[in-house]
Amino acid sequence: MKIESIRPLIPIIIVLVTSLLISLSKKRPNLRESWSIAGSILTFIAVASMIPDIMAGNKIVYTLSTIAPGISINFRVDALSLIFGIVSSFLWIFATFYNIGYMRSLNEHAQTRYYTCFAIAILGAQGVSYSGSLFSLYLFYEIITIFTYPLVAHHQDAEGYAGAKKYIVYLMGTSKGLLLPAVVLTYIMTGTLDFSDNILTGIFTKDANSTWITVAYILFLFGFAKAAIMPLHNWLPSAMVAPTPVSALLHAVAVVKAGVFCIARVMLSVFGVELLNNLCLGIWTAYFVSITILLASIIALTKDDLKARLAYSTVSQLSYIVLGVALLDPSGILGGILHIVNHGFSKITLFFCAGAIFVAAQKRKISDMEGIGYAMPFTMGAFAIASLSMIGAPPVAGFVSKWYLLNGALEIHNIPILIVLMASTILNAGYFAPITFKAFFQGKRGGWKRGDIKEAPATMVAPIVLASLISVALGLFPEFFVNLIGRLMP
Amino acid sequence: MMALHKYLIMNTLCYPILSIVIFLPLAGAILLLFMRGERSIKMTALITAAINFPLSLIIYSGFDIGTEKFQFGEFAPWIPAYNINYVLGIDGITIFLILLTTLLAPLCILCSWTAIERRVKEFMFCILIMETAMIGVFCALDFILFYVFWEAMLIPMYLLIAIWGGPNKDYASIKFFIYTLFGSVFLLVAIIAVYLTTGTFSIPDAMFRDYGFSFQLWVFLAFAIAFAIKVPMFPFHTWLPAAHTEAPTAGSVFLASVLLKMGTYGFLRFCLPITPKASVFFGPYMIALSVIGIIYGGFVCLSQTDMKKLIAYSSVAHMGFATLGIFSFTVFGWEGALLQMLNHGVTTGALFLCVGIVYERTHSREIYDNVGLGKIMPAYVGFFGLFSISSFAFPGTNNFVGELYVLIGIFSQSKLAGFFSIVGALLAAAYMLRLLKQIVWGREDKREIADMKAREVIYLLPLALFVVWMGLFPRPFVQVIEKTLMNLHSQMNIFLR
Repeated sequence: MKIESIRPLIPIIIVLVTSLLISLSKKRPNLRESWSIAGSILTFIAVASMIPDIMAGNKIVYTLSTIAPGISINFRVDALSLIFGIVSSFLWIFATFYNIGYMRSLNEHAQTRYYTCFAIAILGAQGVSYSGSLFSLYLFYEIITIFTYPLVAHHQDAEGYAGAKKYIVYLMGTSKGLLLPAVVLTYIMTGTLDFSDNILTGIFTKDANSTWITVAYILFLFGFAKAAIMPLHNWLPSAMVAPTPVSALLHAVAVVKAGVFCIARVMLSVFGVELLNNLCLGIWTAYFVSITILLASIIALTKDDLKARLAYSTVSQLSYIVLGVALLDPSGILGGILHIVNHGFSKITLFFCAGAIFVAAQKRKISDMEGIGYAMPFTMGAFAIASLSMIGAPPVAGFVSKWYLLNGALEIHNIPILIVLMASTILNAGYFAPITFKAFFQGKRGGWKRGDIKEAPATMVAPIVLASLISVALGLFPEFFVNLIGRLMP
Repeated sequence: MMALHKYLIMNTLCYPILSIVIFLPLAGAILLLFMRGERSIKMTALITAAINFPLSLIIYSGFDIGTEKFQFGEFAPWIPAYNINYVLGIDGITIFLILLTTLLAPLCILCSWTAIERRVKEFMFCILIMETAMIGVFCALDFILFYVFWEAMLIPMYLLIAIWGGPNKDYASIKFFIYTLFGSVFLLVAIIAVYLTTGTFSIPDAMFRDYGFSFQLWVFLAFAIAFAIKVPMFPFHTWLPAAHTEAPTAGSVFLASVLLKMGTYGFLRFCLPITPKASVFFGPYMIALSVIGIIYGGFVCLSQTDMKKLIAYSSVAHMGFATLGIFSFTVFGWEGALLQMLNHGVTTGALFLCVGIVYERTHSREIYDNVGLGKIMPAYVGFFGLFSISSFAFPGTNNFVGELYVLIGIFSQSKLAGFFSIVGALLAAAYMLRLLKQIVWGREDKREIADMKAREVIYLLPLALFVVWMGLFPRPFVQVIEKTLMNLHSQMNIFLR
């Protein structure tokens, strides 16, 4: 059933108002940060209020304005939207507290601009989640791109500008050069940009020209460069020049997840499972992103800078999500979409840890982190839990999604994909386990004393510990999200 | 007179609204001649232009979107011997162009408030004469009347550049004059050719007649040269950077926002209905020139160091999208072209106003002299940021809607041309973001530059609101122009069969 209601717009409006209030409170930092906290909590409440209706199998729709026949700025909340909406809004609360600790500890400049752009980037992520048409999707996708530029270039030094330039060239270049023609081609072939209600059928008619459908599909796949599918992944490691909370929330959750979310959305709600199966586009996508999964993991092995290693790990993990959806069977889709949640919580923990290490010990390189677990037991404990999730070990969240992904590969009897998933698990262990090992079992000899502890401020450590505990909880009790995604299946 | 009713709905208001809107600025200009004192002259000019805008809103509110005929018609015999009449009327193609002109005129006067220091009376006189001529061009339904208004724009614009222009004003003004006059001559030839064949100077009467194909070819070429210079289309664009750069801010705004639209307006009003077969025949060449203009304009913009020149060249690219839409021969393309004309008028006008604001403070148009304003002029940078992302068709802003319509139109006709124009869209993002980044963040130094004054906010705010409003809610605008263009499309199809 479709419910006509303005509710999808409410979280977006809340974030918009929050960002305006933040930008007006330049002179009063405490007030400004209160706006961020209040805004993030209110946004999450607004998002959560939509859960019961979606769980009941309904969709919430709202049309803001019409652009042309078949093109409108409209919103539609279904299970897929809500997954990304919940993750981005919930983690914004964590990131806000963490931000306060990080930015104040390091005494960063231009904090008002920083918080404002941060909020607007979340606005973009929320908008992307609830978009009901390719037009709204494109609109919010671009908002994320343009407003994260000041965040990446935050330090305003040569390195910052270089990273930010690469960032904007990759993202703006692909969205203008590939995504825009893909959207236009889709409209010409179908006469509409609204998403289909059924993930099986999509919006293309039976008699549409399959060559141009394939062209449009490929343009979409690479146009959403935020998903960092190789060879368009290079912006992500460069964007690590940003302050760590930016890397954490945006380059582990909001920005990159917007990319994979858009790909999943386009595959399911624009092309549809049947069409992709008929044209064999799904399985070729799976093969193609397998290259990214393996190659990015191998590159991650070679990185000594912690944030760089995490960045390449992100590149690899994002492709899991695309791979899952591209398998086009219920388990694969479930596993892929579930990984949006699981990877989100675990990866934000890891980035938060990297930032906490930098604030407390000014260390960036993994080789310098011997014995750091003694000084920062909470941080590194959380790091260990989250990296288990990345590897896919039970009972942490990543295990559940990997389970469904493997199931999906088995269901379609695809051995190569199975091998890819297994090999990448070993690679994940190869680049994550040594960090934990180094932190706790190397460097320091002798007993652990209370006086050794030199943790980051509490506003940073608390979100880290909480996020890692949620990762465990998601591994132990995955029913909620599994059921929610189940609403997507016809 | 009888034949008129086929295509003209006479004005039912008890006053001739179109004539009032056209000639009110002229009356104000004449009044200025008898006045003294800079302040009272400025105020009179401002009030005249400011009254004209709400008056033009009367036209908008009374505009009937359900008819394809010309509305608010006025008729008076002028030179009966040659069947030349004073006929006015507007339709979906012109309504927004008139509103754009009446909106920008007071803003132009406001932006010249302190920037123009000498010969204020003559300056305001020229601005108001320009306004009359520009609105007249859009309303005239008689070839001779049209031509009179068309030529009347030339002298005041020439004077604006030649007297109040920048260092290179002599070169720029003469070049502008020669190019435009050259085009006008061809326009006149085409008009006379049509008159000799039809025996009428009535524009609607000349539309959709059974002209011979070779006649259409020659007439189209004559029209096209005149309009291509005005748009300007590659390779007739070289007058534009010089004129735009050297003109005073108000002149640049008028040039970019309204005068360039005369060209695309001409294509829609004359070339398509009078010479439909020739238009289709030359369509591929016009599309090729448009695409070249879009890409060439983009590349040239990338290498500019002068803010004004960059924005001037971006006009070549933007107007390329408008002509691309026109020669896609789809309703989508035409709607996109009209939206693009309107949006380019607002956005580029606003960008020129922005350059004017910073020029008054630093006395330099070089990007390098105006970098790093983010901390010093935050409000200015906010406006500038909005207008520059609008300029490269950021979704949610006005230009994106126009560009999307044009792209849909052109992709449905020729995917090749579509993909080439995408390159232009890409370049637009590159040069505008490069400019924006420099202006906001370029280099940090402590300079004493005041942020925007209230007067400056007042004239940028309506444009900023329009940018966002049009980007999010464009449908009401499209509905106003739709009927006219659908009618044009069906008429053309009948004649092409």
